[in-house]
Amino acid sequence: MCLAVPGKVLETVEVGVSRMASVQFGGVTRQVYLDFVPEVQAGDYVLVHVGFAISRVEEAEAKRTYELLEQIGALADEGLEADGTEGQP
Amino acid sequence: MKYLDEYRDARVVRALATRIRARITKPWVLMEICGGQTHTIMRYGLEELLPPEVELVHGPGCPVCVTPLEVIDRAIEIASQPGVIFVSYGDMLRVPGSRSDLLRVKAAGGDLRIAYSPMDALQIARDHPTRAVVFFGIGFETTAPANATAVWAAKREGLANFSMLASHVLVPPAIRLILGSPANRVQGFIAPGHVCAVMGYSEYQELTEEFHVPIVVGGFEPVDVLEAIAMLVDQLESGRAVTENQYVRSVTEAGNRAAQQRMSEVFEISDHRWRGIGHIPASGYRIRDAYAAFDADRVFDTGQIRVEEPAECISALVLQGLKKPADCPAFGTHCTPQQPLGASMVSIEGVCAAYHAYRRHTA
Repeated sequence: MCLAVPGKVLETVEVGVSRMASVQFGGVTRQVYLDFVPEVQAGDYVLVHVGFAISRVEEAEAKRTYELLEQIGALADEGLEADGTEGQP
Repeated sequence: MKYLDEYRDARVVRALATRIRARITKPWVLMEICGGQTHTIMRYGLEELLPPEVELVHGPGCPVCVTPLEVIDRAIEIASQPGVIFVSYGDMLRVPGSRSDLLRVKAAGGDLRIAYSPMDALQIARDHPTRAVVFFGIGFETTAPANATAVWAAKREGLANFSMLASHVLVPPAIRLILGSPANRVQGFIAPGHVCAVMGYSEYQELTEEFHVPIVVGGFEPVDVLEAIAMLVDQLESGRAVTENQYVRSVTEAGNRAAQQRMSEVFEISDHRWRGIGHIPASGYRIRDAYAAFDADRVFDTGQIRVEEPAECISALVLQGLKKPADCPAFGTHCTPQQPLGASMVSIEGVCAAYHAYRRHTA
């Protein structure tokens, strides 16, 4: 129920009193309300829940977290190889 | 897809599991609150990757599951009235009340429609000005800002034929209830990332200080959940208890101020009953008096509906991590997703339904 999906803002438009965006999720594009993230611009990524963007995905943070995780991945891969030899008496 | 695929990377998932195995020396009981995270754990078989010292118990964070029986009964009563168009999130249709469910109302000729967003219900109200349009607004803090916006916009527009049957619940009071129980076993929590995207995590810092329990705000992909577990294990093994944020890409400490403002404009905090658990003080939202004309509870007089839950159902204990679904004699026999007895079986995000779907019939 609290599922929220990240998507890319293609363009923003004013609809009556609301600001809305076309947001692309994989191959699907949906209209999304920007009431809670008024600063969002085309090219940003937003987290969308029941038709509303609830936060802007911080690209820099996402990148940093992922790089950190990748490092762990790389290290562990090496570790796994090392394990094979360390296992010998 | 960007921001999804990389967090499902099997290599990183394995690396995190290795990191947890290397760090852990004693058994720890951890709880993820959110049904979405429960679903990720089951779907990706994350428990199989974890060392036996990590015991995951699954919390009450499925709003469909904990919506009180009497609210479902009230929804059924309103949806059955002639002239009403009843609009709901799809998840609610199969949820049984004490005697029926919304799908049966539809089968009997009721005008029941499924909406992806509460704003779809507003459009239905604009399109049908002579009909009463009622939206079933349920949810945790993630969904409450959107539901609040529908009520707020209806008032601004003077959309007199729109109202909301509201049942909103809050996560921190449920954690407080679990931690305050003398039988509590949970030693660390994964806080729900999307709730925190809206609310921030200062309320969780208060819980950490009060109960000296580690809490990590976590995302929903396998990498997110495992990293949150790794962070909890690291805190527990080193004797620390702080609130940390794993889901940095979407959650800030203060949360989303605009969403919080919209919620407090329309809603106020109230006591709330949780299906399967019971009364929890200050654990929900009700619609403020200024918006009474859009509150279906006040627009439709359904009287006092008071119903008791089946005594046989142990979901209160399951949702607090005190029992596993397989501990229940009814589980998988006369309580199934098709014929649920109680809260934790009524939605796929409920613990019992998730165990049932992924054939985790043993504890």
